[in-house]
Amino acid sequence: MNKKVYRSEKLFNGIVNVILGICGLLALYPLIFVVSASISDPTAVNSGKVVLWPVGFNIKGYKAILKSKWITTGYRNSLFYTVAGTAINVSATLMAGYALSRKDLYGRKLITLFMMFTMWFSGGIITTYLVVNKIGLYNKWYTLIVMGLISVYNVIITRSFMSGSIPLELQEAARIDGCSDFQIFGRLILPLSKPVIAILCLYYGLGHWNSYFNALIYLKDKNLQPLQIFLREILVQNEAVNMSSDALDTMIERAMMAQTMKYSLIVVASLPMLIIYPFLQKFFVKGVMIGSVKG
Amino acid sequence: MQKQNKFLRGIRHSWQLYVLLIPALAYLLIFHYAPLYGIQIAFRDYNPGLGFTKSPFVGLKHFAYFMRSPQFVTLIRNTIILNVLRLAFCFPIPIFLALALNEASNARFQKLVQNLTYAPHFISTVVLCGMIVSFTSPTTGIINTFIQAFGGKPIDFMGQEGWFRPIYILSDMWKDTGWSSIIYLAALAGTDPSLHEAAQIDGASRFQRILYINIPGIASTIIILLIMEFGKMMSLGFEKVYLLQNSLNLPVSEVISTYVYKTGLLGAKFSYTTAIDVFNSVINCTLLLIVNKISSKVSETSLF
Repeated sequence: MNKKVYRSEKLFNGIVNVILGICGLLALYPLIFVVSASISDPTAVNSGKVVLWPVGFNIKGYKAILKSKWITTGYRNSLFYTVAGTAINVSATLMAGYALSRKDLYGRKLITLFMMFTMWFSGGIITTYLVVNKIGLYNKWYTLIVMGLISVYNVIITRSFMSGSIPLELQEAARIDGCSDFQIFGRLILPLSKPVIAILCLYYGLGHWNSYFNALIYLKDKNLQPLQIFLREILVQNEAVNMSSDALDTMIERAMMAQTMKYSLIVVASLPMLIIYPFLQKFFVKGVMIGSVKG
Repeated sequence: MQKQNKFLRGIRHSWQLYVLLIPALAYLLIFHYAPLYGIQIAFRDYNPGLGFTKSPFVGLKHFAYFMRSPQFVTLIRNTIILNVLRLAFCFPIPIFLALALNEASNARFQKLVQNLTYAPHFISTVVLCGMIVSFTSPTTGIINTFIQAFGGKPIDFMGQEGWFRPIYILSDMWKDTGWSSIIYLAALAGTDPSLHEAAQIDGASRFQRILYINIPGIASTIIILLIMEFGKMMSLGFEKVYLLQNSLNLPVSEVISTYVYKTGLLGAKFSYTTAIDVFNSVINCTLLLIVNKISSKVSETSLF
């Protein structure tokens, strides 16, 4: 290769790599800092000695969190909402997505329009709140599970996947063998839909775990609140973590621990997602791709 | 007769599929169409006892009241400024990142950077705001540690209204730049490789190929996403603004959605705030249509 071209090529690669490296580090740094600060000595955190790596070592922050009644309550509630909610979301989405993927569905265009319409026009939070109140869904243990049963966007992803990657001949063959639509859905479509099921679980699961808006509006009972609501009180509104007195000895120690404890809390709250994320990242990306094919 | 037969046959043929659709359709009917039906209270004085349809009709009273209220200009201005800033800064960056990622010479390095930049997307808005509050704290925050290390004076970021917008925009960038780049990467993967080969033979540099092949290749994706952003211009994400709001930055952080929530739900002014919601949707819709029209004239790319 021509020497001049070779050199400019090298320079170009160098610049690209530097830009990408900076982007990666900028994304990573706050996360590393939070983890480091959560296990560092509280004095070092408060005086700004923790910059990148942990200084000293202590896990009192984590211990205090585990002893706090409301954080464990919130954690348990969030787990319940996420698992139960996702199961119901995914089922309803797969069912609707499959029905819409069938070209012989009578009234398919109309039903698709009925669904898509809601992506562009909505009633706003006030009238939704009034409807939810009217049907007695306010402040119930199942409120957050029923709210947001399906996302039309996800139904469309499912539809695109099913009509795109499951051969129609298979369904025809099954029908000739005497399968009903239910049987085709249950025995043929579902086993072939594992990739899209993974995507749906991740999207809905992430949504439930991170959601706080619906809980803020529709739940009043503190025992029903998900973790995010308690996180808001502690992390954003700076309310002291309510702990049993033996967790931390004195008021001074409590004040000193405040920052470390917040960082520990961030780690504990984000851990489930950040742990599973690297393994499932390719599914998320695939979801965006399927969604972008037909928007 | 013939037509009715076709209808009945269609229903009979598809009934099992309809059963599968029931949960989704029922959900949309209750949680989307019923509230949509309810927006008529924007033109009525809503009374819970009388319901959506029987409350007394008052015409445009609530709209007029909103437009004459002292908050009107502030709310519109704050909402638009925050959104224009978001559009100006948060919209282009993912495109650059995708273009850069696409040029990475080492596949493993590319994967690593992708994984790192996607990660913040998985952090919840509440945690993100918690991190912001901790990082910007004037006494213990890491940002002020850096400022002091370079000889500056600590800044109370959350206590000054001037910092609200930069904080909002920068944290948005951190959280979603990587994630938003995925869709452009997908579009880049779809550009025709023969174009690159031809350009290479003609002696085009890598930079020229980005400029004349890659960017035109993803232009339609960019335009579609841009039109959709314009359609959301007035309906800013409620969560983050609300979480970052405090009494000190309220003059710039009060946007339409937070005002509707506070006045409507907490203050129980249902009709008034529904009118604001409707006003908002009308502007959104108009913007979407205008931008779509312009785009279809100028670039022949449009949503519909």
